[in-house]
This record gives sequence, structure tokens and C-alpha cells, in this order.
Amino acid sequence: MTHELSALPYAYDALEPYIDARTMEIHHGKHHAAYVNNLNAALEKHPELESKSLDDLIKNLHNVPEDIRTAVRNNGGGHWNHTFFWNVMGKSSDKRPKGDLAEAINKNFGSFEQFQEKFSNAGATRFGSGWAWLVVNGQTGLSVVSTPNQDNPLMDVSEVNGTPILGVDVWEHAYYLKYQNRRPDYLNAFFNVINWDAVSENYAGAL
Amino acid sequence: MPLTLPDLPYAKNALEPHISERTLEFHYGKHHQAYVTNGNNLIAGTEYENLPLEEIIKKTAGDKEKAGIFNNAAQVWNHSFYWKCMKANGGGKPVGAIANKINSDFGGFEQFVDEFKKAGATQFGSGWAWLVLDNDKLRIVKTANAENPITQNLKPLLVVDVWEHAYYLDFQNRRPDYLTTFVDKLINWDFVNSQL
Repeated sequence: MTHELSALPYAYDALEPYIDARTMEIHHGKHHAAYVNNLNAALEKHPELESKSLDDLIKNLHNVPEDIRTAVRNNGGGHWNHTFFWNVMGKSSDKRPKGDLAEAINKNFGSFEQFQEKFSNAGATRFGSGWAWLVVNGQTGLSVVSTPNQDNPLMDVSEVNGTPILGVDVWEHAYYLKYQNRRPDYLNAFFNVINWDAVSENYAGAL
Repeated sequence: MPLTLPDLPYAKNALEPHISERTLEFHYGKHHQAYVTNGNNLIAGTEYENLPLEEIIKKTAGDKEKAGIFNNAAQVWNHSFYWKCMKANGGGKPVGAIANKINSDFGGFEQFVDEFKKAGATQFGSGWAWLVLDNDKLRIVKTANAENPITQNLKPLLVVDVWEHAYYLDFQNRRPDYLTTFVDKLINWDFVNSQL
């Protein structure tokens, strides 16, 4: 199976003014595309992996031959993370979660504000490049974690585990053209473009 | 001795058009300054407060509990060194002792350039690519995030910053173009020679 770059689920300028069209165009069209190309290039060396899904590859990196393991971790992770990221942003009917997800957030973090603070802090304090995540681990337990580079909590090699239902990219390429060194401002802005309907769907699917 | 922000060795627009004034305004004025400020806040009142910068870096390297101090202190060192590795109208082939040593240890200038650029291009995520002295031999190493070769008893001679903030306003995703520009137009070989 050749891995493919999906079209963005919305226009490049759909997240303006919070995330600018130029950033989206380079982020999707160059960075994400490069992860897909590099993943395919690595997998060409091992045709026996052709039938494996992206999920299967990144959840079982210990099964990936050592000569391409780092390439699959970095580029398979980059492909998975960005695909996920595009889908948790966009237009949402609400600026906040509702229903079961809202209840679970209140139960696990005390309030939406406390969750937001914890999530933003995880993104702000990830030194270097990486991601902050809201994950489900256990039956209803939600937690906030962060991972370096293109790792994610599904990977067998990750120090933190769980099923991501929301994630934010804190590589500088995600925000530098608009926010430069002001990563906290980017994280605040991100809360205006979260598609809570999609996050709720992820939550239901993770239980 | 508290951490300090050294003066840039040139004006903020001196590296135009290769590295823009705007990049240096943020990179020096915000990022480097923040490492100084945060590092000083973290070492205040600790056993590190009166140590020389290199001692702080060596004593906190590899200690997860001290990651905050290490990251900020090492980034202060790395950036101060990086500024000195560049100059207006720099780059191209070196002369003097470093030129001879590059020829004998890498087999030629082109081989050195290929290896140095490859190290920078393949440092996944944030980090640095270095030319170092390992005892008497030149080597190229790459480090992640704030890590610095002095913690491995290597002597840095040259460094290029490959955190995206070093080049994103000018080159966006094109890190290889930034590395080529750094080698062809910016390296201050006089400084590298002075470190040998």
C-alpha cells in the first residue's frame, strides 16, 4: 500500500485569522507531504510491509525492521499526527465540548478552564519540537500528555500512552510565520479552531 | 555568575539577504534573551548560581530533574557560539590551519560540506550540527534540542542552528537551502580558525 496525502478537509484560509492560509499551505503541502513521501521511500526497502496500515506500523514499531524503524517512527508518526491534527480543527457548532465529552472533561480536570490550562501548559513546556495531546486511557479516564518530535501516544515506543482524541502541533513550523516565538499565543488561538464535534467522535470511538 | 546575553558581533541586518533582520530580531532578541532570562530565574538561589556557564551545563547534563536549567543554560551557550560562527560576506572555502585540517581529516572541502549539511538536514526535530575536535581529529556531530558536545568532551569549532526558528521566516520548510546558504555565504572561518 502506498500511503497518500489526503486533501485538507477545508480550505487553506478556513482557520483565519487564528491560523493563516500561508502556514496551512506550507504545513500541509510541504511538511505533511514530505512525511508521506519519506515514509513511502523507507517502506520501498521492505515490500513485506506493504499490506500494513499506518496504524499497524506505528503501534508496532518493534516489528518494523531496524534499518527503517527510525524513518517509519518519524515519518509514519508525522503522517499520522498531521492527518489527525487537520481533522480536529475546522468549523464546529460550539466553542466548547458538550455531552459525554464535556462531562468527562469536568470529571477528570475539574472544569473546562482547568483542562484548557493543563493542555496549553503541556504544549508550552514541550521543549523543542513535539505535540500535546488529550488522550483516553482506561475506560473513561482522560489525561493530557505531550510527546517529542513526531512520536504519539499510540506508539509502542512512546513514554506516554493512550488513544489521542485531540492534539496540537507545537513544532515551530506550525506557528512561526504568524506567532514567531509566542507559542502560548498560538495555543490560545488554537482553542478557537478546535472542531469539538470531531473530538467528540474521537472520544466515542476511543471508549 | 548569572547568565548574560552577549552583544551580537554585527548589526541585526548584517547577514541580509541570507538571514533577515527580522529573523535576528526574534532569534537574538526574543529566543536567546528568553533562554538567558529563564535560565537566570531557574538558577537563582541554587548551587549553580555562581558557576561559570560551562560548569552549569556539564553538571546538569543528563539529569532529568535539572532539564530546565540544562536546556536554558546550554541554549545560551549554543546561541552565543552560533552568532560568532557567522559574518557578513563569509562562507566559501576556508584558509589557514582549518583548511589543511579539513583536507586531511575529511579528504577534501567538498566531503566536509556534504557531511556537515547532511548532519544538519537529518537532525530530526530541533537541534544543531557541529564541527568538533575529538582529541586531535575533526568530526561532525549533531545534537538534539539544547544538547552540546562539550558534555561529551568534544571541542566545538563551528555550529549551525537547525531549530526551525533559525530559518523559518526566511526559508520556511527548505532547511537544505538554509544549510547551503550558511556554508556558502555565512561561515566565519576566521572564528573557526581561532578555536582550533
